[in-house]
Amino acid sequence: MSDSDSVDDPGRRNFLGKVTTVAGVSGAAVACWPFVSSMNPSEDVLAKATVEVDLAGVPPGGIKTVPWQGKPVFIVHRTPAEIANAEASNGSIDPQPDAKRVQRPEWLVVVGVCTHLGCVPNRDADGGWLCPCHGSMYDASGRVIRGPAPKNLEVPAYVFAGPDKIIIGKA
Amino acid sequence: MTNRVLAWVDQRFPLTFFIKHELTDYPTPRNLSYWWNFGFLAGFVLVLQLVTGIFLAMHYKADAGMAFDSIQHIMREVNYGWLLRYMHATGASAFFVVVYVHMARTLYYGSYRSPRELLWWTGQVLLLLLMATSFMGYLLPWGQMSYWGAAVITNLFRATPFIGEQVVIWLRGDYGVGDPTLTRFFALHYLFPFIIFGAVMIHLVALHTVRSSNPSGISLADKDNIPFHPYFTVKDFFGLGVYLFIFFVFVFFFPNTFIEPANNIPANPMQTPAHIVPEWYFLPFYAILRSVPDLVGGVVAMGLSVMIFAAMPFMDRSKIPGGAHYRPVYRAMFYLFILDILVLGYVGSQPVTDTIVWLGRGATFVYFATFLLLPFVSKAEEKRMRARGLPPALQALFDHREPRANRQHEGSAK
Repeated sequence: MSDSDSVDDPGRRNFLGKVTTVAGVSGAAVACWPFVSSMNPSEDVLAKATVEVDLAGVPPGGIKTVPWQGKPVFIVHRTPAEIANAEASNGSIDPQPDAKRVQRPEWLVVVGVCTHLGCVPNRDADGGWLCPCHGSMYDASGRVIRGPAPKNLEVPAYVFAGPDKIIIGKA
Repeated sequence: MTNRVLAWVDQRFPLTFFIKHELTDYPTPRNLSYWWNFGFLAGFVLVLQLVTGIFLAMHYKADAGMAFDSIQHIMREVNYGWLLRYMHATGASAFFVVVYVHMARTLYYGSYRSPRELLWWTGQVLLLLLMATSFMGYLLPWGQMSYWGAAVITNLFRATPFIGEQVVIWLRGDYGVGDPTLTRFFALHYLFPFIIFGAVMIHLVALHTVRSSNPSGISLADKDNIPFHPYFTVKDFFGLGVYLFIFFVFVFFFPNTFIEPANNIPANPMQTPAHIVPEWYFLPFYAILRSVPDLVGGVVAMGLSVMIFAAMPFMDRSKIPGGAHYRPVYRAMFYLFILDILVLGYVGSQPVTDTIVWLGRGATFVYFATFLLLPFVSKAEEKRMRARGLPPALQALFDHREPRANRQHEGSAK
C-alpha cells in the first residue's frame, strides 16, 4: 500500500473519495426513511380497517351511514323500483353493470366519498347522490352520471356475516 | 462609554458596517412611490403573525377532540385571546393583500426584469411558502370549512402519477383527514413561518445586491439615490400607520369578515357543507382548478397558474426601459389580467352552475393567454414603438441602458 503513492497517482484517492460520497449520500437517504414512514398511518389507525354493521333497523328505501376508516360508507336498502332503475342502465362515464356493484341487489354498499376531490355527496330525491362541492351526480347504483368526478363511488370490500349483518373491510 | 462598547463589538462583529451598509448608507432611488411600501409591510405582517401565533399556540390544543373547543376557550377565557385570534386570522388575509399588491407592483413596473430575476424567484418561493402555511393554519380551528378545505386540497395530490392514493394517505396519516392530519399540520404551521423568515433574509440579500427598482424603471445615476435611513424608514413607517389603521378597523369592528360562518360548526367527516369555498386569497386558483373538467388537468392548470409568474423574466422580451408606464400594450394587458383575476375570484366563490362554469373557462383561457401571448406582444410592441420613434427622453434612456447597467455593476463591486 505504501508503494502506491497517492501523491503521484491521485486516481486511487479520487476513486475512494467518490465511493465515500456515494456511501454517505445513500446512508443519509436511507436515514430519512424512518421520518417519512412515521407520517404514514399508525397501527391504531390501521386497526380501524374493519367495521361490523347490523342491517336489521334499515327499512326498504332507507339509508344508513357508518364510518369506516374515517370515511362514511352508505348502506342503502333499495326498493324493487330502485333496483329495476339501477339495473336498467350501465351508467355513462364509468360504465359498470349494477350486478357487479352489489352482492345482494337490495343492499347497495358504497364509500360515500366523491371520486373527484373527496367531499361527501348528499342524497337526492331520485335515489342517487349529488356532490355539493363540484356538482358531480351519482345514480341509484352509485355510478357517476355527471362529472367532474371520473369514477363511480367505490364499493368497499365487505362480506355478509349473517342474514342482517355485514363486515366492511373484510373480503 | 457607548463608543467604547461599540468599538469593542465592531472589532468582533461588523455591527456598524452592517447598519451603514444596509440602512444609513444604503442607496435607494429617491423617486420610490408608496407602491414600494408593500415589501416592508409584508415583513411587518410576518412578524405580527409570528408573535400572535406563538402566543396563540400557548393556549391551542392540536387534537381533533379538543381543537375546536380550545379556540372557543381562547375567544372567551384567555386574557385578550380574542384579540390575538382576530389579529392572527385577519393577519392571514392582510398578508395576502399586501403580498398581492407587492406582486402587482412588480408586474406593473417590470421590476422582475434583468438583473432582478433571482429576486423575483425568491419572491415566488415565498409566495408558495405563504400559501402552504396559510392552508395548514386554516385547518387548525377544526371547523367544517377547515376540515373540508383540507380534505379537498390534500386530495389534489391524488393527481400524482402511480402513487397518488398512497401520497394522499401519507400526507394525512389516515384514510381521511383526521387527528394525525391536524397534529402534523399544527407542527408544520409552526415550523414554516421560520422557514419563511429565512427565505425573506435571502430575498433581502438579493434585493440589496441588485438594489430597488423604481417607478421610472431605469437604472438611476448615483445622484438620484438617497440613503434608506432616514428617508425611507420615515416613508415606510407612515405607510405602516395607514396600514395599521385599516387593519385594526377589521380586527376590532369586522373580525368575522374573513371567517366563513360554516367554520363555526365543528368538523364532521360524515357531512360536507352544502357549499364549500376556499379562503378568498385562493379563489382565482380554485376557479381555474374547477374550470378544467379533469382531475389531473385541473391540478396541473392550478399549479401552472401559480408558477407561471416565475417565467415573467423570459416572457417579457421587450427592451423598452421602464414599466407599464411607457408601454401602452403591456399596460393594457396588465389591467386585463387584474380584471381577469377578479372575475376568476368571483367564479371561485360561486356554486357550480352552467353559466359559472363557462365564465370560469373563459377567464381561465384569458389568464393563460395573457401570459403566453406576452413574448410576441412585448416584442411587437417594442418594434412598433421604435419604428414610430421613442420620445426623446425615453430614447436617451434606451441608448444608455447598457452602459448605465454596467456602471451600476461596477459600483456595487467596489
